Amino acid sequence: MSIQDILLQQLANGLILGSFYALVALGYTMVYGIIKLLNFAHGDLYMIGAFIGFLFLSVLSPLIGDSWVGILCSMVLSMIAVGLLGVLIQRIAYQPMLSAPRLSILITALAVSMILSNAVMAFTDGEYLAFSTDLGYEGLEFGNVFVTYTQMVLVGAAALLMTGLYLFVHRTMYGKAMRAIAIDQDACRLMGIHVNRIIALTFFIGTSLAASAGIMAGAYYGSIHFFMGFVIGLKAFTAAVIGGIGSIPGAMLGGLLLGLLESFGTQIPFIGTEWKDVFSFGILILLLVFKPTGILGRTEIERM
Amino acid sequence: MARIDSAAPKTGDVAGTGGPLRWLDSQKNRLIVLTVLAFLAMFLPLISSNYVLEVMTTAWFYVMLCLGLNIVVGYAGLLDLGYAAFFAVGAYTTGILTSHFGVNFWLTIPAAVLFSICAGVIIGGPTLRLRSDYLAIVTLGFGEIVRIIARNLEITGGASGLIGIEKPSIFGFELNQIFHFYYVFLILACLACFVSYRLQHSRLGRAWQYVREDEDAAEAMGIDRVAVKLYAYVIGAIFGGVAGCFFAAKMTAISPETFMFQQSVLILLGVVLGGMGKIPGVIVGAFALVLFPEVFRDLGSSRILVFAIVMLVIMLYRPKGIWPEKKS
Repeated sequence: MSIQDILLQQLANGLILGSFYALVALGYTMVYGIIKLLNFAHGDLYMIGAFIGFLFLSVLSPLIGDSWVGILCSMVLSMIAVGLLGVLIQRIAYQPMLSAPRLSILITALAVSMILSNAVMAFTDGEYLAFSTDLGYEGLEFGNVFVTYTQMVLVGAAALLMTGLYLFVHRTMYGKAMRAIAIDQDACRLMGIHVNRIIALTFFIGTSLAASAGIMAGAYYGSIHFFMGFVIGLKAFTAAVIGGIGSIPGAMLGGLLLGLLESFGTQIPFIGTEWKDVFSFGILILLLVFKPTGILGRTEIERM
Repeated sequence: MARIDSAAPKTGDVAGTGGPLRWLDSQKNRLIVLTVLAFLAMFLPLISSNYVLEVMTTAWFYVMLCLGLNIVVGYAGLLDLGYAAFFAVGAYTTGILTSHFGVNFWLTIPAAVLFSICAGVIIGGPTLRLRSDYLAIVTLGFGEIVRIIARNLEITGGASGLIGIEKPSIFGFELNQIFHFYYVFLILACLACFVSYRLQHSRLGRAWQYVREDEDAAEAMGIDRVAVKLYAYVIGAIFGGVAGCFFAAKMTAISPETFMFQQSVLILLGVVLGGMGKIPGVIVGAFALVLFPEVFRDLGSSRILVFAIVMLVIMLYRPKGIWPEKKS
């Protein structure tokens, strides 16, 4: 393979990785934008999404098979289930803490994250589960670069979800309410917006997007594990910061950029795959030093 | 004993604690309890088995780590989720210097302090200017970076880690029994208490409190908030680094898996459990952390799950910890 082919292949890999990052980063950015909470449990909800999707798929596969239809159905079901779980978590753990000091709510979020991942660990004995699907390995060849249909569909599905979200946030009343709450919660209450209901809706959408990424990643990589949400949670946060936290297009852009940076980064001599994580955290730290607001973020002005 | 003296607030006129701890309000009762505890701690090796000593040594070790993290989390109100990284920096400094370069153990401590300071400044410097949430996630990432580096470098022994780290000796007397280390860690914990107490009541300690309660007001009063936070972060790092040196010396073997994310969470839990910012509370928290899994051995690997649920419940119902600091 020539250099050009390697680069093209990495472009394809980077786009897929980036779609996953972007989907998870969206949830981070939406929740952060609306209640200024860094939801540590977000990566674990991605993991839960994969497991619940796996569960649905095992139930459904005798009926509709474990190919595209089966995966799509279990993905939708899993997104709804995990979205409701996200709302439940918000109601139980975060709602009472909103007026508490920032440190307390961060620790609460951390506790929720630990509960989710360790509960799944207890159920699965910490084993990897094989996420067996029937997606096949056919694909198209572009020059020397081979892209499977699965990869194309994954990127397409991610793009569809993100477009849908963008339209929802910018074209509907609910989206408008979300954006308004992010700016001034008290004023929204005065204007007759059901703030708690919109916050719950935000959690629902954010977590179900993470769940969709979880089940897609499970189907793509073929195995799921209770710890799979930890690193992607960190990466997605990095992606959200790259794009500018609080900005929805920023999260998409940041996710894709990070995915591309990572897959090209592993091709640089001396940065093998084992240094991949160090590479992206290094990017995060450099970014925080030089441009903490990210690419599309706005400078935050604190009012007294 | 420094630990006991420093742990007891020197006031007899504090407002009532209420509940079952009310009788501790009187200074006389406090002194009696503390003296009994001090004697117990001093003479424990005479009466207990090696198993109990091992557990207690670990407990004193966690007291030191939790007190270090308490400076960052409790005093300055910053969430550090990668504290195990500093502990790792200390342990690997000692491990590498003694086993690869044959440096005397006691000389590795200043080196570890130096490296901890550097690590603290590299991570804290850029992030402390930003919102505190960023620090939480950056420290989380930093903890992972340190572990991955330790796994992948040759000098740190890769995934299997370093083995055969020399045991330290004082004036030709080698520390090799468990009760030697019991006393070493008891002294370290006392020292950590003393330093924490002095820091809490220093000018810097009051500055931390202001920054924690209201950053903008503190800055308006002329406190350089970035510098003050950086001090907290770096001092916490030094505690962790020194604890790491002694950990390496006691275990004689270290591996990257000791410094996983769970380790950082455990230390944080010790701080949160007893009450952030309060030295006796943190000591109680650290002991609870170590003793709980020993008492409930059947729980096995789900103990972290139980810990996490406890942490959530504490945050929801007693956000100031079981034994919180009294507000003046």
